[in-house]
Amino acid sequence: MTLTEDEMTQTAPDSTLEIGKDRRRKEDQRLITGRTRWTDNLTLPGMLHLAMVRSPFAHATITNIDKSAAEASPNVVRVITGADVADEQGGLPNAWPITPDQVTPNHPPIAVDRVVFAGEIVAVIVARSAAEARDAAELVDIDYDELPAALDLKEAAEDKVLAHPELGTNKSAFWRFDSEEAGTGGNVDQAIAKARTDGIVIEREYRQQRLIPAFMEPRSTVVDPTGEQITMWSSTQIPHILKFLLAAVTGVSESKIRVIAPDVGGGFGGKLQTTPEEFITFLVARQVGKPVKYTETRSESLMAAHHGRDQWQKLTLSAEKDGTVTGFKVELLADLGSHVSLVGGGVPVLGAFMFNAIYKFPAYQFNCQTVLTNKTWTDAYRGAGRPEATYAIERIMDELAAELGVDPFEVREKNWIKHEEFPFTTVAGLEYDSGNYEAATARAKELFGYDELRAEQKRRRDAGDQVQLGIGVSTFTEMCGLAPSRVLGSLDYGAGGWEHASVRMLPTGKVEVLTGASAHGQGHETAFSQIVADRLGVAFEDVEVLHGDTMVSHKGLDTYGSRSLVVGGEAIVKAADKVIEKAKPIAAHLLEASVDDIEFNAGRFSVKGTDQGLAMAEIALATFAAHNLPDGVEPSLDSDATFDPVNFNYPHGTHLCAMEVDTETGEVTMRKYAACDDIGNIINPLIVSGQLHGGLVQGIAQALWEEAVYDDSGTLVTGSFVDYLLPTAADTISFDLDHTTSPATTNTLGTKGVGEAGTIASTPAVVNAVVDAVRHLGVTDVRMPCTPERVWKAINDARGGAQAETVGAAAPHFDESTGMDGTVDRTSGGN
Amino acid sequence: MIPAPFDYLAPTTVEEALAALGQHGDDAKILAGGQSLLPVLRMRLNAPEVVIDLGKIHSLRGIRDDGDALVIGAMTQHSVVEHDPLVAEHATLISKAVEHLADHQIRHRGTFGGALAHADPAGDLGAPALALEAQFVIAGPAGTRTVAADDFFVDLFETAIGEDEILTEIRVPKHTGWGATYEKFVRVAHQWPIVAVAATVRVEGGTIAEARIGLTNMGSTPLRARAVEAALVGQPATEDAVRAAAAHAAEGTNPPSDLNGEAAYRAHLATVLVRRAVLSAAGTT
Ligand SMILES: Cc1cc2nc3c(=O)[nH]c(=O)nc-3n(C[C@H](O)[C@H](O)[C@H](O)COP(=O)(O)OP(=O)(O)OC[C@H]3O[C@@H](n4cnc5c(N)ncnc54)[C@H](O)[C@@H]3O)c2cc1C
Repeated sequence: MTLTEDEMTQTAPDSTLEIGKDRRRKEDQRLITGRTRWTDNLTLPGMLHLAMVRSPFAHATITNIDKSAAEASPNVVRVITGADVADEQGGLPNAWPITPDQVTPNHPPIAVDRVVFAGEIVAVIVARSAAEARDAAELVDIDYDELPAALDLKEAAEDKVLAHPELGTNKSAFWRFDSEEAGTGGNVDQAIAKARTDGIVIEREYRQQRLIPAFMEPRSTVVDPTGEQITMWSSTQIPHILKFLLAAVTGVSESKIRVIAPDVGGGFGGKLQTTPEEFITFLVARQVGKPVKYTETRSESLMAAHHGRDQWQKLTLSAEKDGTVTGFKVELLADLGSHVSLVGGGVPVLGAFMFNAIYKFPAYQFNCQTVLTNKTWTDAYRGAGRPEATYAIERIMDELAAELGVDPFEVREKNWIKHEEFPFTTVAGLEYDSGNYEAATARAKELFGYDELRAEQKRRRDAGDQVQLGIGVSTFTEMCGLAPSRVLGSLDYGAGGWEHASVRMLPTGKVEVLTGASAHGQGHETAFSQIVADRLGVAFEDVEVLHGDTMVSHKGLDTYGSRSLVVGGEAIVKAADKVIEKAKPIAAHLLEASVDDIEFNAGRFSVKGTDQGLAMAEIALATFAAHNLPDGVEPSLDSDATFDPVNFNYPHGTHLCAMEVDTETGEVTMRKYAACDDIGNIINPLIVSGQLHGGLVQGIAQALWEEAVYDDSGTLVTGSFVDYLLPTAADTISFDLDHTTSPATTNTLGTKGVGEAGTIASTPAVVNAVVDAVRHLGVTDVRMPCTPERVWKAINDARGGAQAETVGAAAPHFDESTGMDGTVDRTSGGN
Repeated sequence: MIPAPFDYLAPTTVEEALAALGQHGDDAKILAGGQSLLPVLRMRLNAPEVVIDLGKIHSLRGIRDDGDALVIGAMTQHSVVEHDPLVAEHATLISKAVEHLADHQIRHRGTFGGALAHADPAGDLGAPALALEAQFVIAGPAGTRTVAADDFFVDLFETAIGEDEILTEIRVPKHTGWGATYEKFVRVAHQWPIVAVAATVRVEGGTIAEARIGLTNMGSTPLRARAVEAALVGQPATEDAVRAAAAHAAEGTNPPSDLNGEAAYRAHLATVLVRRAVLSAAGTT
């Protein structure tokens, strides 16, 4: 079901309901002023501080470490090397071995005899102050024998230089999905072969550059070992998973560990990790028996917190001459960096089901080779796998349109799933429950002024203007709301995807909501309060949302993958409904009526057909007092629920970007950005706008500005914000946003995830626009980020007769005969 | 990030500051707005034993009219220069350059003299200072001397200021009535320029009577585009004439290659930006 604009305006929102209100975020005052509990704000009595000594080399043998000068430095308590703790430090976990034969190097928190990326921790200083720890860190004298480093992804995939010589290969895992094998579609090679003789084949190779999540708050960890439990505060997205893994790795009983993620200043996937720094702080605190703090510097964060993306994508799309796509084959190389981190190997797999996007492709094959290199390890970054997929398909659909000489919407419309075809099982085996691409596209075109801008583009082309105009389309969808536990199991992921909630009715009628989701800037406290206020009929202000402390909200799977509302919010709904069910017999008893005659509406239990009733707060107090409860009823309304979704959900939208390209300098300037997203029902439009705006800018930044660059020796060149270019408000324009509504059918709120949508959608829209502006000059691709110099060179190359950076004829970059794994049906759980 | 330990001195007069410099020699570092020095200290790229803060020397702040020149105190913040009406009227080129220097916070702290003394070839003030033929007043143990802009910038991060000297003020000859444009080419707003052009011209009856052009980030120091200047004089302020003159923009330059562009690209940018800057300064566009 989809509501069009007209229908939506006809159903005026009920002003007594919280859901749908533009509530300002309750948490913002304390977060913005900083008068709150960031981990680094924490000071405990007798607390010691850590500084890390990090490797300047990408790959080297450690031949000697002289720590005597550091140990003699003022107020240094201890200097620890990897060799000192080799037996007890354990290894960092990999929770998602994507194949049974995945090659997974050991991952010691402190390097023992060899370093495998520049930034790896080699020694740890424990001192009485952070400044003294830093001073002493300068004094550790380390001898290295430099080794050749595997840096370039394609070369690493050929095992020319080994990142970990003892493993004998850089190839970690090969993962394939094939629609013919899965029974979800045909044979892709046959489709391509047929199109070569009687159709169109488009071959492209795209680069997903390496990105740095660059959350605002650098990572920080405090461990207090002095109580009965060891308490860790950490700037993490995943306190619950961290607790479990701390126990699993260190052997400390899970019941003796408490993890607190206090206020956390952003993550974008970058804090979906268990880090060497966390394990080291935990280890040192236990060794010295005192509280210990470690806070990274921004330079350390850029260098050693995990990076994202970094893929080569070789794509082959086959189509009939009328633009009907007959097959799509994807061959990826994914750079893991030095280690297979928590879920790093699985990130490309999260994209595997999305390359077919909103389209009805009859045949599809996805191949991915993950590769170890001597660079910072990669893992989730906003969108994780899905931006890569969306970029590939939305770029190549524009190429198909260009090849056919038609409007990019024409090939999309010809191939997309029509609204009346939902629910629809895709060639990748997912069941899309709802959506309406036609409606979103119509609205986006209207917002954008599509026809007018196309006319202007033509005028400028015809006039040969120095500044040309390009229009980029991205009709994206994504799978989010991670995730049905069964599906995760079928993909060999190490955990489930449910979420937990508790609703506690306090005697005064106030409500405490405990959620296993772990907010780090999203606004959960506000959105969840709105849900509970409506459900229980209490005031928005009377709901307190508690999270991020394993002692308070003991159960949960945390926040990532646009899951908190659609999975965590649904758990809260279910727990709140249980509160109502528990309250009904008590209300009936107090009102001297039969339970069957009790109605609950807007916070009031009343007897059908009478004006007799009691408010939720009155029932709460009566339950607390417990003086007069029906026989056999426990004196508590508190309720728990754990919700495991049966399916992902599938937000979609049509994004349109107009870019101006100065053909003289290559400078690109955004002229207009309009999007119509369908994220189902909306709890808080203001929060949704915030998520979209931030997400859009992050995706635009991949297209235009951000790239983590290493030099030939494996040193991160973009090691500060001078060189790693993050945009600010000054670099963006006002976006024109609207939405259509096709409620999700798999949660009672009808909501879909929005946290990653903007990022996933925007990158191809921008690059398509840049290419579109200069395609008539012969340019068919510009590598991201589209720097002025790259655009200028692409134009020059095209003018010089050479094809700009297309690599359609490149050889396959891995041996297709290896790693074939056709046994598992990885997708049926998605249905 | 935490700098290595240092002693901190805050003299209140130039004499005291010079004495402190004399005493500590190259163990000391002068602190102005700290917008370049503090990052260096915090990343531990430098570890002076003594930091001498000029912030309490009030005589180093402010802008005054001195007949045919403006005098800008070395410790005058960028934000003050940016909004100063004298600068806007008589040294428009500086106003235009400062407006796009870094962001509000940095302009509020960073100083005019500190930026010039720092002599980052990508800094936005060197090219305007060169183009306006500023004079640098430098105080030392033997008294005060004045250095012409052409002689002030020696190399990358190196100026004519001696180790025992302090830059006290910058004298900018008035260019009242000259058109001025600072063309700064960046990828994001808060970035140092990839290339920038400082152009100021005096147009008489449609003809360019005088032209001064400074280039930012086209070599190890800010540079004058003298070949362009010479080619412009006496020419009509038209697109074609300026284009022809601007073709000389990269002559004698030695631009760097980095993530934002190779030298050849910068050379190309210089010719484009010089043309645009001159045309805009001349009021042609
Ligand atoms: C994020 C960021 C972005 C920036 N972007 C730009 C930009 O786009 N364009 C630009 O031009 N600049 C930029 N800057 C630099 C800014 O202009 C600084 O203000 C300037 O470089 C240094 O001025 P300061 O007063 O802060 O000097 P300080 O940092 O205090 O000192 C700089 C150097 O000059 C020496 N020094 C200072 N004053 C004197 C003096 N009177 N006599 C002798 N030596 C002295 C110091 O010893 C030191 O070596 C940026 C800075 C930052 C942090």
